[in-house]
Amino acid sequence: MSVRVGMGDYNICKAPDSIVTLGLGSCVGVVLYDKTTNTAGMLHAMLPDSTRIRNNQNRAKFVDTGLEDLLKLMDRHGVKRENLVAKMAGGAKMFAFADNTEISDIGKRNVLSAKIHLRKYGIPLIAEDTGLNYGRTIEFYTTDSRLEIRAVGKEITSI
Amino acid sequence: MPIENYSDITDEQFDMLREIGNIGCGNATTALSKMLDRKITMKTPKVELVEVSKFVELIGGPENPIIGILLTMSGELNGMMMFAMSQASARRLANLVLMQNSSGAEFSHMDYSALKEIGNIIMGAYMSSLASLTGMSIRSSVPQVAYDMAGAILSVPAIEFGRMGDKALLIDSSFDQADSNVDGYFVMIPELDSYNKLMSRFGM
Repeated sequence: MSVRVGMGDYNICKAPDSIVTLGLGSCVGVVLYDKTTNTAGMLHAMLPDSTRIRNNQNRAKFVDTGLEDLLKLMDRHGVKRENLVAKMAGGAKMFAFADNTEISDIGKRNVLSAKIHLRKYGIPLIAEDTGLNYGRTIEFYTTDSRLEIRAVGKEITSI
Repeated sequence: MPIENYSDITDEQFDMLREIGNIGCGNATTALSKMLDRKITMKTPKVELVEVSKFVELIGGPENPIIGILLTMSGELNGMMMFAMSQASARRLANLVLMQNSSGAEFSHMDYSALKEIGNIIMGAYMSSLASLTGMSIRSSVPQVAYDMAGAILSVPAIEFGRMGDKALLIDSSFDQADSNVDGYFVMIPELDSYNKLMSRFGM
């Protein structure tokens, strides 16, 4: 079975299931994986920082609060933080605006925020496929810890 | 009455937005007719306030490839506007402009230039009607085009309106030229302060 994660959402799955999110653009997809319990969690966050936004009720929309809540959910499923590793994809710049406005580098800022918070929690980031200018569907397979990346008009890759 | 979240839009404000949408689409149709020098008709647009996830489903699901043409607005009204359409609609529109009969799933440089220009013209017409209705001066950036998965394209406006709520103003428009039909969606995302300024111009 494949567990689906929507935009501004997170979820977890256990082996032998996989977990997937479709059409990541400037958003970032973060996968946390614990091999000892065969549990994977995935966050599809849209914005880097909840503290800079007035309407921040939907915590899964933000990298900071989304990661915090995903980790709490994994805690409840008996996952030990020290066993976790992370993989990440997304954070693209979908439109080639020349200026460096907030719109044009939101993808980059999502990726940076994820790195900062992973470091804060002491979770090693072991692989990433981020930036560039195209959308990605990502699927994590608990059976072989592989994060598969699919894009329009491109070969399927794995990290 | 100023709002803090797009979910708080009143019925009265929504009716106003719908009317602005109708007028804007009418002007966009006229501009497209002039550009192509042929008669273009338009169905009455459907104006809705929708959540991103619903919009993504409307346009064929998150992995369905679509064309998005995006520009940013500045001046007295800040925000962004996108015109999105399916691969098939974009293909028909590019063929109309370039007077070609291509059926390929991929787009050439010429196709992209044509789509960018169309975006410029129809969104420009939309914005000038908005500007003249409100008396606001609105500048727009050069539009940018992208062809990719719907989820990825729409994540850009979704992130922008994600700052102020989970809904955007969506205008579903449909243009017809002889047997060519083009279905497109205008997505308007004024910044919240701009939205409130816009409504106060109408005494709301």
